[in-house]
Amino acid sequence: MKAKHQRLTLTLLAVAALIGAALLAMSALKDQAAYFYTPSDAARDHVAPGRAVRLGGMVTKGSIKKLPDGVTITFLVTDNAATVPVRFSGIVPALFKEGSGVVADGRFDASGLFVADQILAKHDERYMPPQVAGAMHKSGSLEADEKAKAR
Amino acid sequence: MIAEAGLVALWLGAALCALQLVLVVLALKTPFVLSEVEAREASAPPAARPSTSLRTNGEGNEAGETWRALSSAIRPVAVAQGLLTCLAFALLILLFVRVDLSVLLVAQNDHSEKPFLYRFAASWGNHEGSMLMWVSILSIAGAAVAVLERRLNERTLVATLGGQAAIGLGFYAFLLFASNPFARLTPPAMEGQGLNPLLQDPGLAFHPPTLYLGYVGLSVAFSFAIGALVTRDVGPAFARAMRPWVLGAWIFLTIGITAGSYWAYYELGWGGWWFWDPVENASLMPWLAATALLHSVTVLATRDGLRAWTVMLGVVAFSMSMVGTFLVRSGILTSVHAFAVDPRRGSFLLALLALYIGGALALFALRVGTVREGSRFDALSREGSLVLNNLLLTVILGIVLVGTLYPLILEGVTGEKLSVGPPYFNSAAGPLALILGVVMVAGPLMRWRREEVKPLLRRLAPAAALVLIALVVIKVTAPAIGILPLLGLGLSFGIMLGSIEPLIGRNLRRTPLFTWGMVIAHFGIGVALAGMACDSAFTAERLVAASVGDRVQVGPWQVTLKAVTPGFGPNWTSMDATLEAARGGAPVTLLPQARYYWAPPTETSESAILTAWNGQLYTVLGSQAEDGRWQLRLWWKPFVTLIWAGGGLVALGGALALIGRVLRERRSAKNREATA
Repeated sequence: MKAKHQRLTLTLLAVAALIGAALLAMSALKDQAAYFYTPSDAARDHVAPGRAVRLGGMVTKGSIKKLPDGVTITFLVTDNAATVPVRFSGIVPALFKEGSGVVADGRFDASGLFVADQILAKHDERYMPPQVAGAMHKSGSLEADEKAKAR
Repeated sequence: MIAEAGLVALWLGAALCALQLVLVVLALKTPFVLSEVEAREASAPPAARPSTSLRTNGEGNEAGETWRALSSAIRPVAVAQGLLTCLAFALLILLFVRVDLSVLLVAQNDHSEKPFLYRFAASWGNHEGSMLMWVSILSIAGAAVAVLERRLNERTLVATLGGQAAIGLGFYAFLLFASNPFARLTPPAMEGQGLNPLLQDPGLAFHPPTLYLGYVGLSVAFSFAIGALVTRDVGPAFARAMRPWVLGAWIFLTIGITAGSYWAYYELGWGGWWFWDPVENASLMPWLAATALLHSVTVLATRDGLRAWTVMLGVVAFSMSMVGTFLVRSGILTSVHAFAVDPRRGSFLLALLALYIGGALALFALRVGTVREGSRFDALSREGSLVLNNLLLTVILGIVLVGTLYPLILEGVTGEKLSVGPPYFNSAAGPLALILGVVMVAGPLMRWRREEVKPLLRRLAPAAALVLIALVVIKVTAPAIGILPLLGLGLSFGIMLGSIEPLIGRNLRRTPLFTWGMVIAHFGIGVALAGMACDSAFTAERLVAASVGDRVQVGPWQVTLKAVTPGFGPNWTSMDATLEAARGGAPVTLLPQARYYWAPPTETSESAILTAWNGQLYTVLGSQAEDGRWQLRLWWKPFVTLIWAGGGLVALGGALALIGRVLRERRSAKNREATA
């Protein structure tokens, strides 16, 4: 193999690998990209039960209920257009409060209940998932909320 | 006055940076023709080359005089610039330590009742301060190149310092016009707002500086690539000059990522060590590119192959650092790391990004044709395996990049919101990482230039046999294990054995330090892989509501809740649980805490971790139920510590390789002097 040919082969190989990466990434994205759901998304696209997804929204005020086992809670997550019931066993993060934003990893069961494995909590008190903030802006409830806080 | 002095130092640094760029441009414009002799030398094998680096066109020639004057002025300017910027950063730290509440940034992030360490660390635990640290490290890296770099062709070195100044100028502008850390607050605040309690941890004090040293250290590789493209000087000598800088940045990046992972693991209390958070990806992407670069620069330095590719990777590695900075600092992401939510800053950074990456790629496209052909090799050879390593790393980098940017781009274009999570990254990148592990075992066992199949298979046989035995043994003893953890754990044994094989049959005391470095770094990858596989396969978890006196079994441990008592610290109060953990022998006490900070008002949970030789017992205290029971979350994580021990070994291997290279360099310089 001549030097020129080797260089050409390597270039082609690199290009092929990058195209392969892009294709692999895109096909994986197709399967996995619909990973984040707002309650409205979930109501619209009926997520298959048992598939690992992430749910984001606000915790409905007054909806947190503690179950007698002492470690399980249920609550409602809303984006003011739709509402999803959630069950979670575990230690809720400190920033998990009624009326504030929440992101939960888990899966829907057959009855439409979202069973959360984890509630994400690596954020400060001002944190709101961007997706939720967007949904809230649309419905105008965020501004109302902010104003209420300012007073 | 301190704040004003800091701002002045920063402006002076920026001015010197501009001066540096002007000097470089003038110097490079000075007519300079590569003499016939030098052109021949540049293409000759390295051993045959004399130690001279600079020969201008004719001694005493007027252009030569100008050139010398300009090039000797550039180094002091670079050093002064570095010192001034560091002075500005030191003054900012002083403001934070003194809690000067007339400075906006201090008032927003500091608090007089915070422990000293966190007043100190708060200076970079915010947007403006971290950007100032970024620029300080950038200018110090430039100064270090100006002072320490002796091997590079003088003209390429000048162009490299120009690259460094060009990067610096944009980020100085960003600081001074969009993120001034020294802005005053009138009237001054009565009390500061404090630091996010999650960041009030010793981990924070050291994690960002190490990570930044790595991130920004890659700017040197970028500038080297630019310099080499400008002067058309890509060759083994260039690669040997560039390698220690890449290695240094890569070591800090490795330490930063490992430490960051452990910090998230124990501080966030969720028991995980990697989340595929965009912020984590922002540090992983430059690491992947730097790892590829580290291997390709070796091919260029020792075998004079992969010339254009190495230059390309130099550009890509720092581009990934800048993409990471953009992701974290633009406010486009919301996380504990993303401080600024300011679209103006985002667009400023995006413009810088487009300018630098676009400019570098355009220069690459213009000049790549003039990069001379490297020497050839067989597909089955050490070079071939390193090409495969580079391709796999690049593909993994591409997958992470797509997964990280796709949601942002999609939202920008269509307004549709989605997030890409662990299922995507694990399923797309995991299998490739396993293949990469196999290549990693085979590569170091191959000869340069060409390898025969049979002897290679013979050398691979022990590792392959061990993998097979391990797979069977694991499958028999732990039948429920998943496929990826099984393959990962089996392969990790192969990697550990295969990585020490290059030492077999060698005189260990005469084996060069950088060979030891490679062996230890590769061994560390095997160790880390074993830890990851064990953690995902064998972790036992219990979640209970316990009354005082209750006993809980998790894995081999019996954990007893002895008491829950109130406590306090410098700026928090807490509930402290006393747990006694035993497995047979004497019980050990663990003290997980739930803390309540008052500035800003936040609750955090401080996990308590018991480290045994074969794993960690991880305990978290939750809230109290109405009936008085306490939530406890317990994990038994067998061999999880191997993840970070492996990361530490990888960094240690890098450090040994760096020391080995520098020592050899010194020795050969001495030899040259002796023979001259």
